[in-house]
Amino acid sequence: MHQDMKIPKEKFTFVQTDVDLHDEKFEVRPISYLMDAWLRFRKNKASIVAAIIIVLIVLYGLVVPFVTRYKISDADGVYAKMRPKNEVLAKIGIAKGQYQKTLNERFLIYMNGIGMAVEDTHGQGATWEQGKNSPMAPIREVKSEYQRGGRDYMDVMVDSYYEVGFKYLMITRSEFARIQAWEKENNLQVLYPMVDINNKWTEQNNRTDANFWFRHNAKSNPVDENGKSLKLDQIKEKGLVDNYRRDADGKVEYFIPKDKSMIQVRVLYYNYFIYRNGYEPLHLLGTDGQGFDILVRMAHGIRLSLVLAVSVSIINLTIGALYGAIEGYYGGVIDMIMERISDILSGVPFIVVATLFQLHLVIPGKVSVLGGLLFAFVLTGWIGTAYLVRTQFYRFKNQEYVLSARTLGASDRRLMFKHIFPNTLGTIITSSVLVIPGVIFTETSLSYLGIANFNSSTMTSLGTMLANGQRYLQTDPHIIFFPSIIISLLMISFNLFGNGLRDAFNPSLRGAEE
Amino acid sequence: MNHFKYILKRIVLMLFTLFIIMTISFVLIKMLQPETPMMGLQAELERARREALGYYKPVMTQYWIYLKNIITSWDWGTSWQIDYRVPVTEVLMRRLPPTIIVNVLSLIVSVPLGIALGIFAALKKNKWQDHFISTTIMVFVSVPSFVYAFIVQYFLGFRLGWFPLIASSLHEAGGSWLSPVMLHSLVMPVMALSFSPVASLARSTRAELTESLTSEYMLLARTKGLTRSQATVRHALKNAMVPILPRIISLFAGVIGGSLIIEKIFAINGIGGLFIQSIYQLDYDVFIGTDMFYTAVSLVTVLVMDLSYGFLDPRVRMGER
Repeated sequence: MHQDMKIPKEKFTFVQTDVDLHDEKFEVRPISYLMDAWLRFRKNKASIVAAIIIVLIVLYGLVVPFVTRYKISDADGVYAKMRPKNEVLAKIGIAKGQYQKTLNERFLIYMNGIGMAVEDTHGQGATWEQGKNSPMAPIREVKSEYQRGGRDYMDVMVDSYYEVGFKYLMITRSEFARIQAWEKENNLQVLYPMVDINNKWTEQNNRTDANFWFRHNAKSNPVDENGKSLKLDQIKEKGLVDNYRRDADGKVEYFIPKDKSMIQVRVLYYNYFIYRNGYEPLHLLGTDGQGFDILVRMAHGIRLSLVLAVSVSIINLTIGALYGAIEGYYGGVIDMIMERISDILSGVPFIVVATLFQLHLVIPGKVSVLGGLLFAFVLTGWIGTAYLVRTQFYRFKNQEYVLSARTLGASDRRLMFKHIFPNTLGTIITSSVLVIPGVIFTETSLSYLGIANFNSSTMTSLGTMLANGQRYLQTDPHIIFFPSIIISLLMISFNLFGNGLRDAFNPSLRGAEE
Repeated sequence: MNHFKYILKRIVLMLFTLFIIMTISFVLIKMLQPETPMMGLQAELERARREALGYYKPVMTQYWIYLKNIITSWDWGTSWQIDYRVPVTEVLMRRLPPTIIVNVLSLIVSVPLGIALGIFAALKKNKWQDHFISTTIMVFVSVPSFVYAFIVQYFLGFRLGWFPLIASSLHEAGGSWLSPVMLHSLVMPVMALSFSPVASLARSTRAELTESLTSEYMLLARTKGLTRSQATVRHALKNAMVPILPRIISLFAGVIGGSLIIEKIFAINGIGGLFIQSIYQLDYDVFIGTDMFYTAVSLVTVLVMDLSYGFLDPRVRMGER
């Protein structure tokens, strides 16, 4: 068989004899380390989405304070706990500024009474239907009517902004004239007839509530001219009996002089707000318990969290890298002493450090709250990075290329930072990104617990917003809802993003955490 | 013998760390002098009390006395603000049960659940169940515990009204920490505390188990004729548990530290609240006592964790080179 396989020599010919074959130069451009990482990162869809979410949140924090009408310090106590409202979004059924409320008969009359009073511009009277159809009627929609225990109840959607209704204010006479001029110009009524609060038709406790413009008895039930209780059917038919102050001619009065310069007036607060600010009171994300606009406050909270997190990350990275490099490069006694120091530091509970810094530096006013927190984070935060860098240095410092560089006379510093350090870059970048959610979480916790206090009109943090909102969790959950959403989104996206980076920089670790 | 020496070395080191932290805390907190807003006789009394307690001596002298009291008679000082004239050890003991009960309950719930979920996900690797669990885990690991607390409190407590909004007091619960009333009121805090340990345990169990399921000894076990479930339970699971067990130990510390917020949200009168209270009321001895408690818990946890690695897997000697 073997003999048969013999092929005569002349059957072989050269494929080509005219060209010399060499290793060909790569046609493509060389891919750098970062480019390589980017190519891998790009494939991780979850991380890309996370990165986009982070960018959006950062943009929100940066841009919103410039484009919104409200400033961080703007607070209107009257418009506290307002629901999210936006005219455009209301058309598709969200952010209508409404919430559900259960009304009994008396409360129903009170609520619809606000709408009736809005229509009752000059004491001429307004019917039930007019009040119901008024553009500023608090009751926007009736969900259901039912009876419980022989009483009538109604579930209605109430507009939180219109529900405020009327307020008594003390203003100067010149202010009064300005409002009157503005009213004419804009065709909006701010000043409404004054209620005679000192007669027997206003119950003692209701004297400060400008929405009690109708005659009522000691039980706050509306009554007619003779003091007889009115039934709901009667009111629907004939309307309420007003309790306005009238002069001798029977014309309504619009103010009560208090002293030489001040007068008391009754204003429709919604229009008064427009007069004061030039725009309608609309809060896209509503307002918190003190009347701060949540949209703006949250943007500032995000700024604060991110500024803190990024600076902590950068500072810790620098200190940790230097410390770890020295430890790892020199080893021996230096390493042991430095390790013990970081051991002890890492044993200090963070919360103790943070609290002591706040007590010693912030409360006496030596540094800002943010500064105190930054110190606390930096004191122990660099240890993790130092550990990572140290390990990498141990791994690389005795490799042949380092030895050759040393033989060629490279200085220690050059060896450390030019030859060994770049190997740790991937680990460092990853860990510095993964530090960020941790810092945000801790900062939020500390400000939530009140250890770091950001509660001021010019500064806030997400944690402070949560702490302030917790009181209203049952009645006004939106106050706590938005900061919670943002903080959860931040945490999830930074974790996903960090994991994506780690996979991109260290493909060998891939799958360990997946 | 070598092993014993190593443990001893670690313990001595731990005590040294504890001592340094205690010194730092003592000096720093003593540097904050409480205000004396009181007038007349009361101010006199207050000053006399401080004089007697040695508040006007140099800080290091005070520290020396403090240390001597601890060593000779286990006297950690007295609370002057929070629980008037009650020894610190007793104050701590009073506040410990709620914290411990909540945390232990949460561990009882989260450890089996987390491991079970992790095993399930690993066995169903790359099927939809696995993707579902893994995505949920990712979300639950990241979302901070107070957000769960708010969600649980709002929906289960307020909307549905299944559980009381805050933990009931010992008095309401009939004087027992384990009475049905108390346990019922603790359901929500325990839930809020359990979400992230469940998620993180499930995540690491899944990671470890998928790794050991694909290793060679599994192939060997199957070739020798074991069924899939036999091989999984006897070989893969056992090996996967080696890094998981220390993690469970570390959860103890994490949970005690993390419950500060949960305690505040659900008004649990535990040690976390005591810590914050002691700082704001400048109750020195209580502060140091609580501080030392926290530090000791975290240091002991790290120690036990490192030692248990070596115990479970003799190839590992943490901290040795």
